[in-house]
Amino acid sequence: MIITALIIAISVITLFAVLGLVLVYMERKVAAFMQIRLGPMRVGPWGIAQTLADTVKLISKEDIIPNGADKFLFNLAPLMVTVIATLALAPLPFSDKWIIWDSNVGVFYVAAISSLTVISILTGGWASNNKYSLIGAMRSGAQIVSYELSVGLSLVAMVLLSGSLSFSDIVMTQQDAWWIFKGHLPAWIAFMVFIIASTAELNRNPFDLPEAESELTAGFHTEYSGMKFALFMLSEYINMFIVSAVAATLFLGGWMPLHFGQDNFFNHIMDYIPPLVWFAGKVFFIIFLIMWFRWTFPRLRIDQLLTLEWKYLLPISLINVLAAAWITVTGWHF
Amino acid sequence: MEQVQNIVSDRELQGSNLQTQEYFINVGPQHPSTHGVLHLKIKLDGEIIEDVDPILGYIHRSVEKMCEKLSYRQIIPITSRMDYLSAHINNQAVALAVEKAMAVEVPPRARAIRILMAELTRIGSHQLWWGVMGMDLGALTPFFWGFRDREMITEMFEETCGTRLTMNYIIPGGVATDVHPDFIGKVKNYIRHLRKKLPEYDEILTGNRIFIERTRGVGYLSPEEAVSFGCTGPTARGSGVSCDIRKWHSYDGYDKLDFNEVLFNEGDNLARYKVRIKEIWESLRIIEQVVENFPEGEVMGKMKKVIKLPKGEFYQRVETARGELGVYIVSDGGNTPYRIKFRSPNFSNLSVLKKIVVGSKIADMVATMSTLDLVIPDIDR
Repeated sequence: MIITALIIAISVITLFAVLGLVLVYMERKVAAFMQIRLGPMRVGPWGIAQTLADTVKLISKEDIIPNGADKFLFNLAPLMVTVIATLALAPLPFSDKWIIWDSNVGVFYVAAISSLTVISILTGGWASNNKYSLIGAMRSGAQIVSYELSVGLSLVAMVLLSGSLSFSDIVMTQQDAWWIFKGHLPAWIAFMVFIIASTAELNRNPFDLPEAESELTAGFHTEYSGMKFALFMLSEYINMFIVSAVAATLFLGGWMPLHFGQDNFFNHIMDYIPPLVWFAGKVFFIIFLIMWFRWTFPRLRIDQLLTLEWKYLLPISLINVLAAAWITVTGWHF
Repeated sequence: MEQVQNIVSDRELQGSNLQTQEYFINVGPQHPSTHGVLHLKIKLDGEIIEDVDPILGYIHRSVEKMCEKLSYRQIIPITSRMDYLSAHINNQAVALAVEKAMAVEVPPRARAIRILMAELTRIGSHQLWWGVMGMDLGALTPFFWGFRDREMITEMFEETCGTRLTMNYIIPGGVATDVHPDFIGKVKNYIRHLRKKLPEYDEILTGNRIFIERTRGVGYLSPEEAVSFGCTGPTARGSGVSCDIRKWHSYDGYDKLDFNEVLFNEGDNLARYKVRIKEIWESLRIIEQVVENFPEGEVMGKMKKVIKLPKGEFYQRVETARGELGVYIVSDGGNTPYRIKFRSPNFSNLSVLKKIVVGSKIADMVATMSTLDLVIPDIDR
């Protein structure tokens, strides 16, 4: 039991680090190709070791704590944000056998855990004793609390359709087709609302107001340097992975290969591709989508951000939940 | 201001015990969106700006005082360092003032080269502004796209002038040297290139819904205010004030060319944005006309070895990428000016900032400041 826990702990930490390295590298390359440049090219072939070099730099940097800062909370915030990001990895099914904790309330658990991120951002912004950080943190509070609702409601719509809160059960319901194909309009709307709202929850462009660099220099992590800053950034990327994994599992079938109908030739061909590859492919597709947003869209203003949520996304997702319920009751989906 | 007062009185009406406090933040002198060492002291109520106080002087280099000890040819390199994105046009302003005072005729080829250089400078400056505008609104990709196209211009400058930023190329009497043999061919290529690439600018930024929401109706500047604050250039033309020096006080043969003054009447950030994008198109038209009938001949008029201006006062204005640059020379007949005064467009354009951002949010202030297109060394001089 202890050994199992130890193995899981080590593999999660490794996954955490590897994901951070891969995603940072991917982000820089995606950005570079959209901006007609090459991105990191110096360290290793095509610069693949660039993030490693950056990590070494970040670890060896001086750790600065500003004079007026609340030391305890200032140090606690990056730790909290990392722990929260790690916790949310638990119930995600990476493949048909690879799942850390096959919880029967997995969807609810991820929604609950990921909403804690706001506390660490608020803590970090408040403890920094910097007005820019404070503005960023307050913005983040307003933003995450608002967009949580839409994320939750689009999750509810999918839970209604699939009839389960467990991620592995939801994947199994997509054996004949992914929900994005068989869920009709409610699934599509839920998918779009989920992607938009979770981009906002991730504090990424076009919703990156908490760290709006042109207004607030670096927002809530202005005063953080070295590894503490790196932890904030790392957890942002891990959260991006989690959001993408949830989206892939709920809408695109998770590790389930592309199936249409029951037991036909096409399905058998698709089964030859291992589930882990399916999962990774879908997740990285959605991650690419979120990165694509970041490198093409301008940023919204705080009032426009809240208007978008409260006047558009929330009513849409409320109606969408009703529609999903209607479809589920009538059994209209196939 | 009315907006702010409404918010305060709303709170009073609610009768809550919520204590609110206004606070100051310093934006700059080191800040990503002030584009230089501009220091803004901002009084905030939450996110809403109640007061803006620009603090200048961080990059003051006594340009005007230095010029009093320099000969007229030596003043040219100093002017390149005022508005470094319009270096050619700044040089042109001093050159024109000296030529006007000495009644020197500039050869047609030199005049054509000057127009080419000035319009390429304008395009390059607007491209850089476009990229930075995107960056100020949180979109980073336009920045690189703008620089991609501007790079070709700076390369053309480098071939002819030897420098990329501070050219010192347009001098009293004409231009320093003839253009590089490849120059005209490259300009023709560039026109074709940019005509293909400019629609991309609209695709990534102008047509974006978020961008339009962020700029439309924000930072409204009325035509009356634009005039009374002395705004010029695209800033004033976005409010419908016709002030293009190339049209009103033509110089170096702009009057013989067919181009339109770009005017928009909305007076908001989007209007100022559109003015600049359309000006790039107009500059392309001007360059096309000049390139088609590019005259042969000398590039330097008859100038004495030592330039001495007759006693008196001389004024010359030109249209830089940011507005009207005026050069006012008081000469006592010597080989240095007795007093020289630059009327820089950025100083006047900055002065209107407070008027148009009070009552809006911080994010709007960044966007508004971006559409004013400030170059700080030109404000401080």
